[in-house]
Amino acid sequence: MKKVLWSIISKEFIHIRRDKQTLAIVILWPLLMLFLYGYAITLEMKEIPTIITDLAHNPLSREYVDDIASSRFFRVTGRDIAESEIEPVFRHRRARCVIVIPPSFGKDDPGNRIIQLIIDASDPNAANYIHTYLGTITASFNRRHSGGMRLPFRFEPRLLYNPDLKSSFFFVPGLVAVIIMLFSALLSSIAIVREKEMGTLEQILVSPLTPMQLVIGKLVPYLLLSLADSILVLIVAHVCFTVPMHGSGILLLATLIIYVVSGLSFGLLISTVTRSQQIAMMATMVITVLPSFLLSGFIFPVRSMPLLFQGISQIIPATHFLIIIRGIMLKGAGLAELMPQLGALTLFSLVLISVSIRKFHTTLE
Amino acid sequence: MTGEENAVTAVDLSRRFGQFTAVDRVTFSVPRGEVFGFLGANGAGKTTTIRMLCGLLRPSSGSASVSGLDVYTRFEEIKTTIGYMSQQFSLYDDLTVEENLHFYGGIYGVGRTRLPAVTGALLDQMTLGGQRRRLTRDLPLGWKQRLALAAAIIHDPGIVFLDEPTSGVDPASRREFWLLIHQLAARGKTIFVTTHYMDEAEYCHRVSIMKEGRIAEIGNPSRLKEKYRAGTMQQVFINVVKREQS
Amino acid sequence: MDRPIEIKALSKSYGDTLAVDRVSITVDKGEIYGLIGPDGAGKTTVIRTLVSLLVPDSGEALFMGRTVSAYPGFVRSHIGYMPQRFSLYRDLSVEENLHFFGDLFQIPRDRQRRRMDELYAFSRLQPFRTRLAGALSGGMKQKLALSCMLMHQPEVIVLDEPTFGVDPVSRSEFWGMLAALSRDGTSVFVSTAYMDEADLCHRIGLIHHGRILAQGTPDGLIAGFPWPLYRIDCENPHHVYTILSSTLPPDQLQLFGSGVYVVDRGKNGLRSLQRTLRTAKIACRGISSADATLENLFLELIR
Repeated sequence: MKKVLWSIISKEFIHIRRDKQTLAIVILWPLLMLFLYGYAITLEMKEIPTIITDLAHNPLSREYVDDIASSRFFRVTGRDIAESEIEPVFRHRRARCVIVIPPSFGKDDPGNRIIQLIIDASDPNAANYIHTYLGTITASFNRRHSGGMRLPFRFEPRLLYNPDLKSSFFFVPGLVAVIIMLFSALLSSIAIVREKEMGTLEQILVSPLTPMQLVIGKLVPYLLLSLADSILVLIVAHVCFTVPMHGSGILLLATLIIYVVSGLSFGLLISTVTRSQQIAMMATMVITVLPSFLLSGFIFPVRSMPLLFQGISQIIPATHFLIIIRGIMLKGAGLAELMPQLGALTLFSLVLISVSIRKFHTTLE
Repeated sequence: MTGEENAVTAVDLSRRFGQFTAVDRVTFSVPRGEVFGFLGANGAGKTTTIRMLCGLLRPSSGSASVSGLDVYTRFEEIKTTIGYMSQQFSLYDDLTVEENLHFYGGIYGVGRTRLPAVTGALLDQMTLGGQRRRLTRDLPLGWKQRLALAAAIIHDPGIVFLDEPTSGVDPASRREFWLLIHQLAARGKTIFVTTHYMDEAEYCHRVSIMKEGRIAEIGNPSRLKEKYRAGTMQQVFINVVKREQS
Repeated sequence: MDRPIEIKALSKSYGDTLAVDRVSITVDKGEIYGLIGPDGAGKTTVIRTLVSLLVPDSGEALFMGRTVSAYPGFVRSHIGYMPQRFSLYRDLSVEENLHFFGDLFQIPRDRQRRRMDELYAFSRLQPFRTRLAGALSGGMKQKLALSCMLMHQPEVIVLDEPTFGVDPVSRSEFWGMLAALSRDGTSVFVSTAYMDEADLCHRIGLIHHGRILAQGTPDGLIAGFPWPLYRIDCENPHHVYTILSSTLPPDQLQLFGSGVYVVDRGKNGLRSLQRTLRTAKIACRGISSADATLENLFLELIR
């Protein structure tokens, strides 16, 4: 039994070693995705073109304006425009927001005390960010001047865990979750479908090999490869994107193994119903990547989804892994806090792997 | 233990796929040590029959046994007693000659201590001794085919199924291959072979000709040539298939 | 009148491998020329050069008197080419496949329909015209593939191993179609790995390792087999072969079917062979002088 397993595992390693192109893709693609998302497609905004109309013109208002202008979020492109000019400014895209400081700013005047923030909300996401950024700047301004003074702005957002509002902190762990799911599923589905295509599977099926041996023999090498890949991505995330690692590395590794097994079993399941490598690839992309991207809470928070999708998100392994990895890395959460997610993930992996072994017949039917 | 005389026995063996009957009540037996040619037109049901005998497909009805083992209940055991070489030479192109043999030896449970000796002997027998470190994809077709045969018999099976083993191979390699097949038969192995080369049918002790799921003719090549007053097996084949058509 | 096909000292290498080595072939109008050799002999490379898909390293291929590499457009619109393991669109019906190839050669639809009727009569595929190509048997697929390449009525057709993996009956029907085309004046250039198909060609070339070993009519080539050939008819040819291979040089022996062939390279005669058999105490049904086959010749030439 052991020897048989070993011969499959070692053969699979030879395939991995010989096929340098695939190996390079397996290693480089996740890193490429990481850098693309980490740098290019960040969800944070910098240097937002901004026009400030200061109607107060007192030392306090000037300090406030300086706060805004010196932050990395805003770039002041114009000052003191009339109200009628606001719309043309947006239409010609000279600014994305206009901040209007009322004449009563800093005075103990019960009149107009509210700062107007007029945002071009054609991109609602961006509008949201601008709102948040200004809120943060205002809040710190308020803290400095809170000596009995009436506050010019009403809300004070508190940003926990990611006080610098770095989207990469939030993004990279999520990206790791998606990348691992994609790769583990892709590797295992292709490993089996390739043998179907080449005709070697038929040869193996006439041998006394059991489905269990074949499945495990195929999974072990790709489990190790996927793990190595994930650890590489995590290290790069930690070093290049300074994503903190507050929790236990061992706990993370253990979760990774469970998560990778669920991905590999997913791929295996796909391979039992597909005949060509292309179809296996497409199916894997559609079945694993899309839900992991869209429904797992990677980009859109699960709680803001319609109820149906919230339900679906619960049966996506990435949803649970995302909570775990963000919990461990950003919050330093431990085993106790993550028990429900870990339980769900383990259950998934067990169900998936047993279903795929059952579905993997040693006959051609 | 009368069944032990025959390596393969099939009685009224059938296989249907939906409405289509691929194999229709086929009855034949192959005694031990025989080289049995399994001929037929494309889609006549040869591959389906072989797959049933190898435990890859469950029959719809009828009975069959291979090495005295029932194909319905003991197909897992059958797999340990047979060797199988399929049309496309099921070797891994990116593995070396030796790695391929070690892999197949491994999954058939040839012990790690015995493996080098077994592999070495087989490679010598197939005159591939000098090629053990070469990648399989770099071998000429005729050599690949000998390697595939070696992989199929690495666990010393009693019966070897060969599904179109010589397609596209040059005449010299084909003859060498048939020499190897006869050497195996002389050592008591049963050879069950399909081919589209009718001249190869002459190498067989007996041949059967399948047509539309049934066995239309079975017998010794020389007798068949006499019966159909034909000079070649090619002519016999055409006569049998045409007779069945009319 | 220019010859349909004229290949002059064609050579082509892939990296270090010389795939085709100074091959010269001519095909006359209405002739069936068979390029015969095993896989990897260079057949496909010759054919791809001829149909303008490859450019030779040296030498040239002429089609209707024009250099193929200089007039690829002319060649492609006037030649019918059926590639190796030709696969039709399995998800299109017989009729749709034919229409597609008709459209490809910009044949007006009304002319396509007339042509299809002719081809149906020729291939007897009419009853299957709405069937998907994927559901046809191997032999019928080949007939459909042939019909597709005949849609634009080419005067020269080139086929790369059209009968590979096809059963003997379908193969003989397919060759019947090629013979009919040649009678109507179509020139046919066909490659095959089946030696027994040589008899169906007017002229053949035996190719091995990129080189033409011999060319001529099948009968002419066989008549040129240089040595006497004997056939020993026996119950157990393998046994006889094994015993004889210890007395006679192995290159004189050929195990074949139910007999052993002896190539009498020393021209020692039948009696000498009978003596050898007696000394070796080999029982046999009879020894007779045998006619060489193309396969005997091929084996002799590659020795």
